[in-house]
Parts: sequence; structure tokens; C-alpha cells
Amino acid sequence: MSESPHLSYIQERLGSKLLEVMQPQGDDVLILDRANLRESFLFLKEDTQLDYDFLSDITAVDYWRKKEPRFEVVYQVVSRSRCQRLRVRVPVPENDPSVESLTPLWRGANFLEREIWDLFGIRFIDHPDLRRILLYDEFEGFPLRKDYPVNQVQPLVPERVVDGTFVDERSQNKLLRLKKALGSKI
Amino acid sequence: MKAEEPELPLDTMELQMGPSHPATHGTIKFNLKLEGEKVLNCDVEVGYLHRGFDKSCEQATWTQVIPYTDRLNYASSLINNVGYALAVEKLIGAETPPRCQYIRVIISELARIYDHLTCCGMASSELGAITVGFYMIEARELIIRIIESLTGARLTVTYVRVGGLKHDLQHDFAERVTQSFKTIRRLLDDCDRLLSRNRIFLDRMSNVGVISQETALSYCLTGPILRATGVNYDVRKAFPYLVYDQMDFEVPVGTKGDNYDRFVCRIAELQQSMRIVEQALGKLPVGPVWIEDPRFVLPEKEKVYGSIEGLMHHFKIIMEGIKVAPGETYFAVEGGNGELGFYIVSDGGGRPYRVRVRPPCFIAMGAFHEMIRGYMIADIVPTFGMVNMIGGECDR
Repeated sequence: MSESPHLSYIQERLGSKLLEVMQPQGDDVLILDRANLRESFLFLKEDTQLDYDFLSDITAVDYWRKKEPRFEVVYQVVSRSRCQRLRVRVPVPENDPSVESLTPLWRGANFLEREIWDLFGIRFIDHPDLRRILLYDEFEGFPLRKDYPVNQVQPLVPERVVDGTFVDERSQNKLLRLKKALGSKI
Repeated sequence: MKAEEPELPLDTMELQMGPSHPATHGTIKFNLKLEGEKVLNCDVEVGYLHRGFDKSCEQATWTQVIPYTDRLNYASSLINNVGYALAVEKLIGAETPPRCQYIRVIISELARIYDHLTCCGMASSELGAITVGFYMIEARELIIRIIESLTGARLTVTYVRVGGLKHDLQHDFAERVTQSFKTIRRLLDDCDRLLSRNRIFLDRMSNVGVISQETALSYCLTGPILRATGVNYDVRKAFPYLVYDQMDFEVPVGTKGDNYDRFVCRIAELQQSMRIVEQALGKLPVGPVWIEDPRFVLPEKEKVYGSIEGLMHHFKIIMEGIKVAPGETYFAVEGGNGELGFYIVSDGGGRPYRVRVRPPCFIAMGAFHEMIRGYMIADIVPTFGMVNMIGGECDR
């Protein structure tokens, strides 16, 4: 298959960090090693010939029992000046599901990476604020993993007791019972 | 005796706004850090409407995903339908006939008009311009009636199919659109007279919620919010799909990136959308609206009830779903709020292996603290209104 010049240029510059180059359905797809991922993206972003300056999307796919390594984090970047898209797929193994965060390069990666952590349980190293985003803190498991059953029931979450809440000791209300049961500091 | 000076509190106050607040149409929570009425920081909590869109899609056949996409951005469900169908067709390698492509452009633009009218109408009525709100809802009602007569539903339309459309346009469609556009233009002129020199409206909108070009790009913003900062990025122009490259339209851009620019951008875009619809209706070719491929298209009812082959064909498609070749692809269309992308993975079976939506307003909510930092609490309402957060799409 004949490759376009910018793909061979990327191949030349990234060297061993680039595992594979593909062009399915006319899209440019790179498979990158997760080591020094931020450096690779910095090159794609800052290089004047490539100029992939806009991050469009980050997502992940779980290839449970289909592929090794199990996960793949997928980045879509856009070069606005050349009107070209690039898809970067980064394989992530199951025993250490973590990749470097891109939040220092594009601040919009913050929410997208939090979502992947929330639903897939893939950690982003150096992420400023890696919390659950769509689900609640007490949620157990990562629902978009293929081994998470569709009919899984989550345990009931007790009411959160907020520190510093004033509680009337004389009334037997729910909050007081809760406080006694949990022995929490109110 | 000297009067004692009252001691004012110096420390910052934390305030939780939402999740159910009358001024924020949508279930969302802002954890604000305030100094008086000034917002120092804002932590946005989304996810109250999360219903597991991605996981649900993995349980359904490729066709059964279409009703789920309706419920993403329910103000422009036709665009979601079109985006999803185009993504699957890209993976299949099918191209729909010209008439289908023109109709898809028409319905996308009608949905965009609907979306922008909802956003602008609600935002202005929240600032007290109730009349404008009602006028825009009246205009929106005209669009929704066209959509209703075409698809049979007002919001959750499920009109587009993989490889075609549910059915062709009805015979008086063009006439209805022309009549409605005449009224909509008149209503928009009225709104313009009510707002463009209105002191209250200008004071509340201009120089509020400002975001710079660099910040907007860094936060991956798209759609009217990005274009209001002056960046000319529209998926319809940058990566033309369907027959947008044959349409003559402009992409309105702003200069300052404040709420007023966003409002003006949306109204200007809406007028361009009307232009596109009129052009497409004028050029509309005759022909089929389905691809000619029995692997993806249901047989005609006479064949289903009249022959065993037709019955089996129908049964296979309904029960097992259409088969999509293994692979993965990403396809983006210009939604009401920005780039609406579908990343789909197929393992060759009748069900999608993974469907991911790039939700433009979820990403916009990620930049909301930048837009509101340093402004007053009251400025949250117009800023949030112009982001046009739709819970169904943001939380999925």
C-alpha cells in the first residue's frame, strides 16, 4: 500500500515508538507505544510540517479475550491547517492499565481522561484531578469493561454525612440515627 | 462614641448550585467557590443523567442503536441519526444515492435550526426577554411540525437507517418548508428588533463568559463556542460530508468569544441553515433513497408476505442484525453544539463491539470554569445557557 508522505515522515521521526501504520477506509491510523507517549504527541502537535494542533477525542476500547494487550486508548487529533485527521491507538496491558496524561498538552483532555478512568479503570499518570466523573464515588467496578456484567446490581450507598452539619440531639431524625450507626464526627 | 464598623467576612464561601436549579435547564451541579458574589472557581459535576449509552449499544443490533442516538442530543436528534448512519456506512463502504444524501442534508439543517432556536430562545427568556423566548418557541414549533409530519415523532425521530432513510419525503414537504421559513424569518426579525439594541440584554451578554482563542482550542471546544472566538472550524467545511461541498453557505465567526458573540453566531448560523435547506430543496434529485444491497436493506412487504425467500431475508436482518465487516472507524459531523463524532468498532457480528460518541457539550462543560471564573454568580445563567448543555448528550 502506498503511504502518504506525512505518514512516512512520522515513521522516520518516531522510530521504534511507532508500532504500526495503517490506512483503513482512507483514515490515517498510528499504533504507538505507550512509553513516552506525551513526547510523541508533543512532536505531532508542535512539528510545523504535521501541525496536529487540535485534540478531538480520547476514548478506550476493551478487547477482553480478543486481543493482547487487553485495552487500547484511542486518540483523534486534527490538523486544522491541513484539514487532516489522525487516529492514534495506544495498546495498554491489563496488569498495569496506565498511560501518560495529555492534560499538559491539551487542557480539554482532563474531562475525557477522567471519563476513561471512570468507565474503564485506566489510570492517567500526572493527571491533575483523576476522579470519577459520570458515576458516583462509591460505584464498584468499571462498567464499560467487557467483564462487567450488564445485569450487575450496585450496593446501596449510605447517605453522606457532611462535616460541620448542625444536628439537634433531641430529635430522633434520620441524620442522628445515621450518625450513631456510623460513629461519624458531626 | 465611634460607631463600630461591622466586620465583614473575609474568607471565601463555598456554594453548591444544583443539581436541580430553576435557572439551569438540565441536571448539573456547580460547586462554586465565591468571594462575595464573585466566582473564584467552579467545579462542574456532571453525570446525573448517565444511563449507560455505550453499554446499551453493545447489547443492541446495529439498527437498534439508532433509537438510542435520538436520545443523545434530543434537540437535534436527526443530526445524531445521520452521524451514526454515516459512521456505519463508512465501515461498510457503502455510499447512499444522491437523493438520500440531499434529504440527509435537509433534515440535518432543520435539526440545527431547531437546536439553535431552543438554545437562543431559552437563554434570552432566562434574561427576562420572555417575549423573545415565546417568539423563538413559535418558530421552533413550525420546524417541529415539519419534522413531525415527516417522521411521525416530535423529538425521538429514528428517521435515518443504515443505508438509507425510513421513507421518502412527502409530496408537500417543500411547500411546507417554504411557508414556515417565511414565518420564521419574520419572527427572527422581530427578535432582532427586540434584542439587538436592548440595554439589559447587551449588558448581561457582552463581555461575559469570555474565553480566548488559545484557551478554547486547548480545551478542544468546537461549534459556536469556538467559532465565537474567531476560529473558523466547521466540520462541514473542513471535512465535507454528504453534499455539503456543493452547497453555498458561510461560516459565521465572532471576534471576542463572549456570550453575545455566541448568540449572534448561532442566529447567523441558523440563517445559513435556512439557505442550505432552500438550495438543497431546489437541487433535490429524483431517485431511490436506499442503497441497492440486500445485505443491509429490508425487503419490500409484498416479498416478505408473498415468498419464503423474502420472509427469511426479513427474519435474518431483524433477528441477527446486519453484518458489519470487522474494523474500527471514526466519523464526525457538525452537530448543533459542535463536532459530533462516532467512533465505532465492529467484530464482524450483528452487534456493535463498541460505540463511542464524542459529545460536544460534555467537552464544553470541561471548559466552563474558564468561562465563568472572575464573573458574578448571576453570569452563570447566560453563560450556561449559551453552552447549550443537553443532559442526554453530556451524560450519555
